[in-house]
Amino acid sequence: MNIPVHAVAGLIFGIGLIVSGMANPAKVKNFLDIAGTWDPSLAFVMGAAVLVTFLGYRVAFRQGVPLLAERFNLPTKSDIDRRLLIGAGLFGIGWGLGGYCPGPALAALPLLAQGTLVFVPAMLVGLAVARRAAR
Amino acid sequence: MAATEFTPIASAAGGALIGVSAVMLMLLSGRIAGISGIVGRLLPPYGQSGIPEAGAFVIALLAAPIAYAAVTHEAVVQAVSSNVPLMVGAGLLVGFGAGLGGGCTSGHGVCGLSRLSPRSIVATLVFMATAMVTVFVVRHVIGGAP
Repeated sequence: MNIPVHAVAGLIFGIGLIVSGMANPAKVKNFLDIAGTWDPSLAFVMGAAVLVTFLGYRVAFRQGVPLLAERFNLPTKSDIDRRLLIGAGLFGIGWGLGGYCPGPALAALPLLAQGTLVFVPAMLVGLAVARRAAR
Repeated sequence: MAATEFTPIASAAGGALIGVSAVMLMLLSGRIAGISGIVGRLLPPYGQSGIPEAGAFVIALLAAPIAYAAVTHEAVVQAVSSNVPLMVGAGLLVGFGAGLGGGCTSGHGVCGLSRLSPRSIVATLVFMATAMVTVFVVRHVIGGAP
């Protein structure tokens, strides 16, 4: 049952990205451009997403276990190390340059914009290299 | 750098859908809806659990614009830079940075903040800051198009 759950969740996530405007790099870069053509829309995306998730997680964690799995699969790291800081820093630079983070880039792939078609393979290479380095 | 329309209602509605997806994964499957983590499971080195689930999520994510267009009969509006070296560099940084930092906008920014994870709060502040500085430098210091 976890495979259909993931399929439905992926579809809802992708529709959410498109409806919200996150799949439009111009809108993302304008959100980041407070000194210029600022578009605060993405604060509403983050705000609504975090609000719903925060409340829903409280319900989920109160159950003790997930309904269709044996346990919650949560990150175990708790230290704020150099990897976290450098990784997040580099991620932000790439996000600012391209206007894409991983979810929107994938959801926009079938729209076949040239920039997306080169961004996504590069992103997958970068992710695979980091995973190998982290092993 | 053309202005884009301020869309608080559509953006909040889309954000709420992202939240529904994240809650669904946690409540039912006990998983974080972090895209770089989910996609990472499909890349080497393999060995994590939940590879078929990750595949199902990614395929459905890719189907989203097609489903959206089929239901609404509206084209998805976007403006993407066609500067190939820029987009390749941006993609490498986003992928490598998310891999090294253990998450992206969804894993740290949505799920991590919602769990009040100190790591995710720090990561989100750091990537928001470097992204804003990057856009400022590109647009207002160098004066480039992207």
